Amino acid sequence: MTDIGAPRLSTRQLARRRRAASYRRTWKAFAAKRSGLVGLGILVFFIVVALGAPVLASSRGLDVTLANGPVLGPPSSHYVLGTDENGRSVLTLLIWGSRISLFVGLAATVISMVIGTLLGLVSGYFGGWIGRITFRITEWFLVIPFLPLAIALAAVLGRGLFNIVIVIGVTSWPSTALLIRSQTLSIKERAYIERAEAIGAGRWHQMGRHVLPNVMPMVFANTTLTVAAAVLTETTLSFLGLGDPTHTSWGTMLDSAYQVGAITTGSWWYVIPPGVCVVLVVLAFTMIGQALEEVLNPRLRARQ
Amino acid sequence: MSLVADPGLIAEGEETGSGRQHGYLSYVGVKVLGSIGSLLFMLVVNFFLFRVLPGDPARSLGRGHINTQAQLDAFNKTYGLGQPLPQQFWTFLKNTAHGNLGTSIQYRLPVSQLIWDRLWPTLLLVGISTILSTVIGVYLGIRGAWDRGSVFDKVSTGASLTLYAMPEWWLGLMLIAGLGVGFGFVPGLFPTGGLHSAGVNPSSLHGILDTTWHLTLPVVTLALAYLAEYSLIMRSSLLDELGEDYLQTARAKGLRDVLVRNRHAVRNALLPTTTVIALNIGFVVSGAITVETVFSIPGLGLLSTDAIGVPDFPVLEGTFLVASGGVIAANLVANLIYGWLDPRVRT
Amino acid sequence: MTTETTPEATGTAAPDAALLAIRDLHVTYATGEGGLPAVRGVDLTVARGQIVGVAGESGCGKSTLASTVLRLQPPSATVSGQVLFDGRDVLAMRWGELRAVRWAGASIVFQGALHSLNPVHRIGAQLAEPMHIHQPGLDEARVTERVAELLDQVGMAPERAKSYPHQLSGGQKQRVMIAMALACDPELVVADEPTTALDVMVQAQVLNVLSELVRGRGVGMMMISHDLSVLADLCDRITVMYAGRVIEEGPADQVFAAPLHPYSGALSAAFPRVGDPAARFAPAGLPGDPPDPRNLTEGCSFAPRCPRAAPVCLHDEPGLVAYDDRAAACVRIGEPDLEAR
Repeated sequence: MTDIGAPRLSTRQLARRRRAASYRRTWKAFAAKRSGLVGLGILVFFIVVALGAPVLASSRGLDVTLANGPVLGPPSSHYVLGTDENGRSVLTLLIWGSRISLFVGLAATVISMVIGTLLGLVSGYFGGWIGRITFRITEWFLVIPFLPLAIALAAVLGRGLFNIVIVIGVTSWPSTALLIRSQTLSIKERAYIERAEAIGAGRWHQMGRHVLPNVMPMVFANTTLTVAAAVLTETTLSFLGLGDPTHTSWGTMLDSAYQVGAITTGSWWYVIPPGVCVVLVVLAFTMIGQALEEVLNPRLRARQ
Repeated sequence: MSLVADPGLIAEGEETGSGRQHGYLSYVGVKVLGSIGSLLFMLVVNFFLFRVLPGDPARSLGRGHINTQAQLDAFNKTYGLGQPLPQQFWTFLKNTAHGNLGTSIQYRLPVSQLIWDRLWPTLLLVGISTILSTVIGVYLGIRGAWDRGSVFDKVSTGASLTLYAMPEWWLGLMLIAGLGVGFGFVPGLFPTGGLHSAGVNPSSLHGILDTTWHLTLPVVTLALAYLAEYSLIMRSSLLDELGEDYLQTARAKGLRDVLVRNRHAVRNALLPTTTVIALNIGFVVSGAITVETVFSIPGLGLLSTDAIGVPDFPVLEGTFLVASGGVIAANLVANLIYGWLDPRVRT
Repeated sequence: MTTETTPEATGTAAPDAALLAIRDLHVTYATGEGGLPAVRGVDLTVARGQIVGVAGESGCGKSTLASTVLRLQPPSATVSGQVLFDGRDVLAMRWGELRAVRWAGASIVFQGALHSLNPVHRIGAQLAEPMHIHQPGLDEARVTERVAELLDQVGMAPERAKSYPHQLSGGQKQRVMIAMALACDPELVVADEPTTALDVMVQAQVLNVLSELVRGRGVGMMMISHDLSVLADLCDRITVMYAGRVIEEGPADQVFAAPLHPYSGALSAAFPRVGDPAARFAPAGLPGDPPDPRNLTEGCSFAPRCPRAAPVCLHDEPGLVAYDDRAAACVRIGEPDLEAR
């Protein structure tokens, strides 16, 4: 019990303190895992590269008209990673490409998570026909193969950065929705929901105050895995020629490389680096996501 | 002779055992109905995408071969354009049921014929790689979980994680570069693309071997891409099972370790893996699209990617229909297999 | 291997009739934070046709004790001592011998039958499995017959053989576990908490089945439970364990009605006797929790919770001392109570 002299904390302040303490605990558990830290390190590296692109490599290096390097030249002292078919430095393309690849991955994930979380909450929380209809729609959407759908949608909408973000966001929400739904269902069973109802809390209040904060940790872990998938998807769609022609991404680099026959001419510096970057970023997000899942899901932790 | 004084006393809610036989059949019924629902939903999505979303379907679908008003009128009549939407949808359903999927803008051929011609390379590719990736992936996962922490486990898990993070078509490009083109003084061992060598009769024995040789790298690419995921899932679910009590019962009975693993633990751990394999079928089909493109295999995948540039909407619509329909059918089969494996879902 | 009994151990049936003789057993689990001593020097004997109860709270080591009878403890655990089944040390046996003992010599009715049955195999198949292992020559018809027999013995219809575990209730699953334990006609049955999580009616029936099978067939039984009243009903002798050691041993009715060790007293008092007016006023329950095996205090492990603890109890861990046919590990036996009841 607090003594009379000490300042009394409001319930909100108490709740905030407790939440901060639990975040600190989660971070400690996360930091104890080597894989999560390695993933975080790699991610930070790429974010720094993406944000610092103007500093690391002049944007003039992207201008085709100003390029004066050799066509598909191998790595040299002047061009560390060689040149592309226009004579531009592959390293410059790689650095600037990180911006688009990461941006599209993150933006598409935001859309996917918003749709997925909303539909997952609704189908998990509401019983009756609302819940069942949203669940069925999620299931049916899940069955449709994503690339034919993405190709069809992209062909109809046309090429462009905004469009590709929409395409990826709209095709990847179902798995998130299912996960959120199962989380919501299990939380709904718990006692404090009953208590909230007993004291007259309305539905939206319950969802906002009780269900959502407890679902958020899993949402967070799932988000990192969704970003990984989104980056992979952007690379694939750009490779197939559905990307934004005015912006370079790792996927469009690989598309160009393939079109000019970099494989057969053995221009490995054009094909390998963008792929390696994609693999590293996806691995980073995956390792972070898996480490988070293990920290937040006590059942997995116990298995260690 | 019963050791219990009065068997009649034991009546704690006896469950009716007779529901068992009907259990699986009713499960099949439910799943088939669900698949029909998915199919209808997919048709609605298709209709929405290609007929409603673009401003003028006649222009997008009929581009290139509608030049006169008469042709436009005939086109509109076939597709029911200009009628109210529900009627258009009905016309669309009728046409699809009859196999009329429109005419390709690029090739001036019926889409259904194009699809039929290109079907079997895709089926071969997807079928063989699914079988290979499932069998090898499951084995690697079992071995990794059973010998947890061993060198095999660490290498296998690390390799799986890396393969999982890789776009499958990029892996294909690497394989072409390494094993198709060759590097340095090492010559290429496999063709860099295509399905047949020139001048070889595909139906002859030589032709079959030739086709196999051409399909090797694409199949390896797709198989590697997905066995990684299956091995990770199998390992994870087997590790989950290893803590279960019924394994101690099995060991106490005097069962050999291998049988405890295969007959009991693996049998249960297969369940989540089957679910993942079922969910993955859509991704395998998606992967086939990119792998066919990279290896120039004349299947449905290459057909759709070639159609992107034009854009050849009738072909895109047709391949979308066929791909989705195929995935829905494969999912149904996977669900039925799951229902056979896990008796708990049948009730 | 001689089967002489040590002075502190039980003075029961003649030594050469001992079906199971556990000698100075120590089991330590290997965990991430160091060794966890689950069993710290236990002696136990079960004769043919005898039912021996092992009582104690969760964590006292009784389940670990049960698992060593068939050498089922995890490979990373350190074990010392002897577990003599019919004169042969289970802990030192070669695989072939051990395999023969498992189920055909001694079997275990596991605790928590909810998860002790494989969810994807039918009951009949799981009952038949040990028969296929130990009697491979048996033809299928005979196996099916035997499965039906076993089910009948525990009061279940033979059609149940086609059911899956999730189609059975808790009591039915427990009875299946008992039937399964009898499948190969063992000489010793270890029942680990066979009636926990069952309601009272079913409990009575299950205990009935167990006692009939022991008396009727001359099978020896080691029964583990935290419910002393259940053990008192069924067993010939009771061993009470606390923090990995035996702290009392003796004939069942005496241990239950007039316990020597304060812990047995508390266990016994926790289960009120119907019709005894004094029991309604006796304080039930003990303060505190069982000790963490990794952080055992010096002296008697029960001292922190003992209502009769004296300064000497905090220094020396008392050994088992024999009193006629009984034994207990407490230095304050026979001394007057410090607080009046």
